Amino acid sequence: MRFFLQLLVTGVALGSIYALIALGFVLIYKSTRIINFAQGELVLIGAFTAFAFLSQAGLPPALALPLTIVVAVVLGFTVERLLLRPMLGEPVIAVIMVTLGLAGILKGSARAIWGSVNRPFPDIFPALSLTLFGVGIPGPFLWGCLIAGVCLVAFTLFFRFSGWGVMMRAAANHQAAALSVGIDVRRVFALSWAIAAAVAALGGVLLGAINVIDMNLGAIGLKVFPVVILGGLDSIPGAILGGLIIGVLENLSGGFIEPWVGGGVKAVAPFVALLLILLIRPYGLFGTREIERL
Amino acid sequence: MPDNAILAVEDVSLSFGGLAALSGVSFEVAPRTIHALIGPNGAGKTSLLNCFNHFYTPTAGRIRFEGRDITALAPHRIAALGIARTFQNIELFRGMTVLDNIKLGRHLHMGVGPLAALAYWGRARREEIRHRRFIEERVIDLLELEDIRDQVVGALPYGLQKRVELGRALAMEPKLLLLDEPVSGMNVEETQFLVRYVLDIREVWDVTILLIEHDMRVVMDISDRVTVMDFGRIIADGPPAAVQHDPGVVTAYLGEPGRREATA
Repeated sequence: MRFFLQLLVTGVALGSIYALIALGFVLIYKSTRIINFAQGELVLIGAFTAFAFLSQAGLPPALALPLTIVVAVVLGFTVERLLLRPMLGEPVIAVIMVTLGLAGILKGSARAIWGSVNRPFPDIFPALSLTLFGVGIPGPFLWGCLIAGVCLVAFTLFFRFSGWGVMMRAAANHQAAALSVGIDVRRVFALSWAIAAAVAALGGVLLGAINVIDMNLGAIGLKVFPVVILGGLDSIPGAILGGLIIGVLENLSGGFIEPWVGGGVKAVAPFVALLLILLIRPYGLFGTREIERL
Repeated sequence: MPDNAILAVEDVSLSFGGLAALSGVSFEVAPRTIHALIGPNGAGKTSLLNCFNHFYTPTAGRIRFEGRDITALAPHRIAALGIARTFQNIELFRGMTVLDNIKLGRHLHMGVGPLAALAYWGRARREEIRHRRFIEERVIDLLELEDIRDQVVGALPYGLQKRVELGRALAMEPKLLLLDEPVSGMNVEETQFLVRYVLDIREVWDVTILLIEHDMRVVMDISDRVTVMDFGRIIADGPPAAVQHDPGVVTAYLGEPGRREATA
């Protein structure tokens, strides 16, 4: 029972970080209909940028973390301006291929700069521990869960109530109509990429605080995929719930099934869940159900 | 009157590849008039409207709004200058409520910088109240949308959607309102409602209306001036009664006169 709770709680913490990363993915899909295959690589770059500031430049976390976010935002704006904006109006599939190319470039650059060895993250968060139902939760998990949770709530409120949030929803909903009421759609797109890069970097940092970081961190992009498909590609609450489900599922299957059938179950379980849910609800748990009138 | 025209179209041409959609179109819209743009299908009316919004870029010519050249301005900037429009095939934010759609039309007038939300109290709050009252009294009441304000737009019947789209354009408090076939697909009753709204709007607001319409009775009833297009050119321009009897217009709508004269 104790073991189960331990897995459950750390699963929730991991899941909330997945949800945070997935949020960036959902954001880009919502406003531009583009599936960003470079989201995992944005996590990778974010984590290593933080590593560079913290360990290589020796900056204190209070300075290194905001700097990392600034770098990520600039990266997001740059990517949108240089790669995505020229593709405006091109077929979605072509733009998706551009994001695949971007993933390759980011991964290659990270490898060139930092090499392919494991990098331990320094302790960035003040020591914190909490015992819940007799289960001790390690500090980094607690911080990860806390920070991701606060960001998720903040973004949900931002979309629902702020002027920019409503404009982003409008641009996602209908571009021509958005232009006709005076919304600068290109700025909305740029903002989506900047936010997506920022949450990816933050996710990378939180994951780094839990574990060591290496070049395979980019594979998180593939794990986020079931999260967003599960939640519905265009739903933010869906991404949050999807993230939690995948995080918990991963941990439980790793803890309970893996000892019996051997390795790999942990990595496969999210995708099995993904398949099952798609069979029942093809548009995800919260996704927009497309109804076509003939 | 070249200087007091609210909208001046000067020798505008537009081609897609080798296909000329508009060739040398010039005309002017006088302030506070209802100006109709008519012509057979494919005459280039909607293409011209899309140039006004800069959804299309003319291959030649200029478009001036209140004397200012807007030909190369970004679409959202054109909207900010005071040009609102509706679309032939209703382009609403389908997943949002009626009220949200109309509010989005109002967003131009609301300071929605990323920090505006933080500075919500005080001035921003009074502004918010003023805008809300504008939407309530001058859009929702006028268009009789009270009962459906919280419904999701995608689920509404066609005629109501058209009305919501008009409401969104009105919420922009535009100086020039472009209506692309406002009564197409409507039944007689809905058409009469809409005509009354358009007349009300002109009465109550200081607004100029340019509309594309196929329903000739509507056009002749409410327009101050009519411009007729065919094959991307202007073939007539004048008061409704004069245009109605213009031989070129009759030909465009009914075909070559030769056969009719033979039977007459």
